Amino acid sequence: MTPESAVVAVSSLEAGPLVLGEVDFRKLEDDINRPLESFPTRRWWIAISCTGLLAALFVYAFLHTVFTGIGAWGNNNPVGWAWDITNFVFWIGIGHAGTLISAILFLLRQRWRTAIARFAEAMTVFAVICALQFPLVHTGRPWLAYWLLPLPNANGIWVNFRSPLLWDVFAVSTYGTVSFLFWYTGLLPDLATVRDRARHGLRRTIYGILSLGWQGSNRAWSHYEKAYLLFAGLSTPLVLSVHSVVSFDFATSVIPGWHATIFPPYFVAGAIFSGFAMVATLIVIMRKFFRLEHVVTEDHLDVMNRIIIATSLMVGYAYATEVFIAWYSGAAYERYVFVNRAFGHYAWAYWTMVACNVVIPQVLWIRKVRRTVLLLYPVVILVNVGMWFERFVIVVTSLHRDYLPSSWDVFSPTWVDVSLFVGSIGVFLTLMLLFARFLPAVSLAETKAILPGSQPRARQGARPGGDGHG
Amino acid sequence: MAEGRNLAGVVGLCDDVESLLRAASAVRAAGYREWDCHTPYPVHGLDRAMGLKASPIPAICLAAGFAGAGVALLMQWWMSAVDYPVRIGGKPLYSWPAFVPIVFELFVLFSALATVCCVLVLCRLGRWHSPLHDSDVMRLVTSDRFAVVLRQEDRLFAEQEAAALLARSGCREVRPLYEREEDGSLI
Repeated sequence: MTPESAVVAVSSLEAGPLVLGEVDFRKLEDDINRPLESFPTRRWWIAISCTGLLAALFVYAFLHTVFTGIGAWGNNNPVGWAWDITNFVFWIGIGHAGTLISAILFLLRQRWRTAIARFAEAMTVFAVICALQFPLVHTGRPWLAYWLLPLPNANGIWVNFRSPLLWDVFAVSTYGTVSFLFWYTGLLPDLATVRDRARHGLRRTIYGILSLGWQGSNRAWSHYEKAYLLFAGLSTPLVLSVHSVVSFDFATSVIPGWHATIFPPYFVAGAIFSGFAMVATLIVIMRKFFRLEHVVTEDHLDVMNRIIIATSLMVGYAYATEVFIAWYSGAAYERYVFVNRAFGHYAWAYWTMVACNVVIPQVLWIRKVRRTVLLLYPVVILVNVGMWFERFVIVVTSLHRDYLPSSWDVFSPTWVDVSLFVGSIGVFLTLMLLFARFLPAVSLAETKAILPGSQPRARQGARPGGDGHG
Repeated sequence: MAEGRNLAGVVGLCDDVESLLRAASAVRAAGYREWDCHTPYPVHGLDRAMGLKASPIPAICLAAGFAGAGVALLMQWWMSAVDYPVRIGGKPLYSWPAFVPIVFELFVLFSALATVCCVLVLCRLGRWHSPLHDSDVMRLVTSDRFAVVLRQEDRLFAEQEAAALLARSGCREVRPLYEREEDGSLI
């Protein structure tokens, strides 16, 4: 099957206009730049005050953990990994939709991605920042985090390259770096536009510096286009590798419920699922408050919801496979883990996961639900919840009943666990709000390039990767 | 010429991509070398109209990727099998399948860093000052207009002829391009 035909359902958007209404370049610029160029609204201040408080809570809980030790958490023996790793996997997964939208949909020539790509890329960068905090604080001594890197030291020892935890260090740091570079490279032409619209000298200087002196020169565009295409090409296998490597943390161990070959594709599908749910959660608010409903249209929401339902089915299939293989393998411990997940101490978490990830998203088969903000919103929120529970179920239910019944225990979180998680949401949302206030949340250059009449008639609709962008 | 500024070239402004492509082809045909087009977004077919060569970035990116992969493999081999061998049950020290994920990650990391460095160098970024700012053209070309700039460094350059060429080939507005003398400001 060709990539084009694989996404034929999604590309139905190509038939309709990508930006609604009578829009010329100036109008589009004014619309997208309005949040940057006007004094923040009262709603923005209220929102950032709330998220800022949560971010402060995160900092407090982080410092409390560092000064007290990770005994401040509910982790015990045998549940040595709990909310920390759950949150890490949750945030890394959120980031994946950003890369999927910016890189994979770019390679598949899905021009509708333009309206949401920038926003989703920013989300990726901030989600990776949040994710990194959890392994960092879990080390207990975050100032020694450089021990994770292969650096020469007085003991003459090296890190263990056979450990998936070390693969994770390389995968996540590469992912964070490449996502940031991809995002920032994409921002350059728009920063130049913001610079040239600036009326105040200081604003002009700051955006001027950030734009690195972009001039819109076609000799530069020619290289830039190639670089952008390469970034998309590099990010695509990267994003698949990152969550695969994250899943190796579990899959290469011998814990029942973790030791499964299905984990890499299962984690990647789950990551895209949760990531799209988060994009939808945030972009619905952004388009409303920044009055960008004509740029991020109902068609965009529709397409995102179709991807959500497709990945929901993949995740549901993975759940079913896991249970089937546990039964079919005949391994007593493996069977016990799955019976325990469904009917044991954490059964409520397991069924929350199944309900939120597999059952509830089925309403997205209805076109009206996909396109109506008030109807789709509860669904995507519940998907976020369900995907957090998925990671919780994987991490905690497998550990709390290991091979030796005498060491069985139950995990319950402390206020520090809860504060770190809720606080990390605050950090994430604060960064998103600052992003939406100070940088163009929709790519100006790419959106201009898909407006009617923006390209020579003979080449309208030419390949985006060839010598045109978007 | 006004006080404190020098002629840097001639700029022709177009309102639509069709006339930009016509102007670019005409300038190219006239044999100019020191010239450029400035557009708010990448215009399909402009590279061909300007006669630009293919970017070397993909080759550099690929080379950097293989360098990264090589560095990763050498590093893991030397650290795990030579400098600090950990002997566990006679398992091989150079266990290359376990090294594949990091080889892949460093391939991507090195290619991405090389790509960014190429963009910085080849797109001539990091030079904040431009005659386009001084002549008030930049704010047009990062918004909704298209410009063809013929620079005075070109051996064919003569202000009248250059302006006439641009006007003839479809630019709606042709202006001289001035550059302020250095005054210490960044942009």
